[in-house]
Amino acid sequence: MEVIIKPKKTFSWHDIKEITKYHELLYFFIWRDLKVRYKQTSIGIAWALFQPVITMIIFSIVFGRLAKMPSDGVPYPIFIFIGLLLWQFFSGALSETSNCLISNQAIITKIYFPRLILPLSTVITRLVDFFVASIILIGLMVYYHYTPNLIGLLVLPILLFISFMASVGGGLFLAAVNVKYRDVRYALPFFIQILLFITPVIYPPSIAGKYSWILAINPMTGVIKAARAALTGNAPINWELLLISGLGSLLLLFFGVIYFKRTEKYFADII
Amino acid sequence: MSKIIEVKNLSKKYNIAHQQGGYIALRDVIVNIIKNPFKHLKHKVKKIIRREANEDFWALDDINFSVERGEVVGIIGHNGAGKSTLLKIISQITPPTNGEIIIRGQIGSLLEVGTGFHPELSGRENIMLNGAILGMPKKEIISKFDQIVEFAGIGKFLDTPVKHYSSGMYVRLAFSVAAHLEPDILIVDEVLAVGDVEFQRKCIGKMNDITKKEGRTIILVSHNMGAIKNLCKKTILLDKGRVIKIGDTSEVIDFYMNKFHAQNRNIDINNMPRTGDRGRVIKFTDCKIINSEHEPTSNLLFCEPFGIRLSILSKSSYDNLRIAIKIESSDGQSITSPTSNDINLLFNVEADRSLIVEASFKNLLLTPGLYWITITINKMDMGQLVLDQLVRAVNFEVTEVPHQDHKAHSGTYGYIHTYPEWREIK
Repeated sequence: MEVIIKPKKTFSWHDIKEITKYHELLYFFIWRDLKVRYKQTSIGIAWALFQPVITMIIFSIVFGRLAKMPSDGVPYPIFIFIGLLLWQFFSGALSETSNCLISNQAIITKIYFPRLILPLSTVITRLVDFFVASIILIGLMVYYHYTPNLIGLLVLPILLFISFMASVGGGLFLAAVNVKYRDVRYALPFFIQILLFITPVIYPPSIAGKYSWILAINPMTGVIKAARAALTGNAPINWELLLISGLGSLLLLFFGVIYFKRTEKYFADII
Repeated sequence: MSKIIEVKNLSKKYNIAHQQGGYIALRDVIVNIIKNPFKHLKHKVKKIIRREANEDFWALDDINFSVERGEVVGIIGHNGAGKSTLLKIISQITPPTNGEIIIRGQIGSLLEVGTGFHPELSGRENIMLNGAILGMPKKEIISKFDQIVEFAGIGKFLDTPVKHYSSGMYVRLAFSVAAHLEPDILIVDEVLAVGDVEFQRKCIGKMNDITKKEGRTIILVSHNMGAIKNLCKKTILLDKGRVIKIGDTSEVIDFYMNKFHAQNRNIDINNMPRTGDRGRVIKFTDCKIINSEHEPTSNLLFCEPFGIRLSILSKSSYDNLRIAIKIESSDGQSITSPTSNDINLLFNVEADRSLIVEASFKNLLLTPGLYWITITINKMDMGQLVLDQLVRAVNFEVTEVPHQDHKAHSGTYGYIHTYPEWREIK
């Protein structure tokens, strides 16, 4: 085994391959994050359920009952919960990933490993939360007598994959920016908050009328819309919109990886 | 023997702004661009044509050396000589600016013990996590688990979160995981400076075993000359990012302690580089040796009473400060290390005020030779957090010329001269 240490190039496929070599460390980071998270809260794993459920109830009352928000013929709790599940995965992944390098500063400055592992493990940790919270959705669907059709079920992994790419891409970019500019993290929660309102979580995209294509720029729009269609069968899946979302998140991933790899070499020096 | 590490023309440039820990705020960058777009552009252009080279500094400057398989190499030098930067590049934590290193083997680096320890996790969980972070495969950690626990001696507390551990236990556990690492090349930075004396001895023993029995290659950075002498055959002396001397350990240490350093008397304590956060809020600004005439000096007469005067500047107010001084001989033996807390004396300082403290040594009779002083200030009530520390900050020489009525030293053994009560019993 021979390693040559030289001034770093920006990007090479070798770096991506290296991640598979370090898959055990990736696993340990995920394990650590889950363990610590559920140890720190007294209700443990129930915390992953608590948050989306309470948000769902409040939103159902405020937007469903009081504001009478349209929900494309689906009971509002189910409508909002599908949106919230995906949204909380995406926004949680973004905000946690943006901090993951700084919170692991001690390790970054002392040990070598492919830095991509850290954001990746953070997003996967959120994915576990997502699966835990999905149990509630199953309960809701049983309660409201909804059975998803076969195509709908088959489409779900694709939707999840698109959200995953978008989260990793956006997260990588924010994580790298956050190392360099330390004030970004104070502004970020605010932007994520705004992002919620330009994503069709609490309202259907149809509400925007002929401008609804603008919403499609956000990769989560197509995903949330398709997830509702797939699970409740209230409308056919809009494949065109889904394709735009898929390409959008792929672009985000590509951009995120490139930016991350470009700045990666300085992390240990400036963090 | 084959060369396991080859370092060729290695250089590393840092930006001074980064070194001082100044973070850039995106807000400022944006405001600057909007306010003064031309100035910003000019700055960028200047940077490209390298007019503003004065912002850079070379932490390593054209380093060349090689290490044979099975060799144990020590690296010594002042604070800020580039030792840590070199280890960081060998460990792949940060890339070099120029040059290259060829490494023929698997590297394990121990730049700190307990990297990645999580306070909420138990000892058992941290062993697994830390092992993985240090690069041990899961199977190996499991097979060595019992040995690690036994070496650390924490058996009972295995399932207690490490936040409840005493600092000694914490360090023992951390070192124990590290000591069971089995890479071809082990990179070690200053880890021997932690833990209690007995455990330090155990660690040095363990490292001796590793190198002698298993023929592992080790690169060791330490301020502890005793440890370097014990472990390393070959030593590299760095200064200002350059290799000053490579060779037989005792020769290099002798050169470093007696000749090289003795020339460097005008040391600027205030601007001496610190490790990590040390010296950021409260720092030593001066350290002077005061002779019996109350004048600063670097030469003392044999048996002359002397004092060490420390100036400390603090950006915010602090109380319960403990000051410690260590005096070391030129061959790396600790002579004495008193602290102000030994006589229950703790200091307070107000924000932006300086504090000057003098420790007078009236009865410490050092034999002729060169001595080094390490100064530390820590906060007693915050787990003895080290606020600033300068290892081997200044040196002084005790000359052969005796003070007042003392007789000249016989020149034989020892570091300390004493006057026992002599009497004839029979």
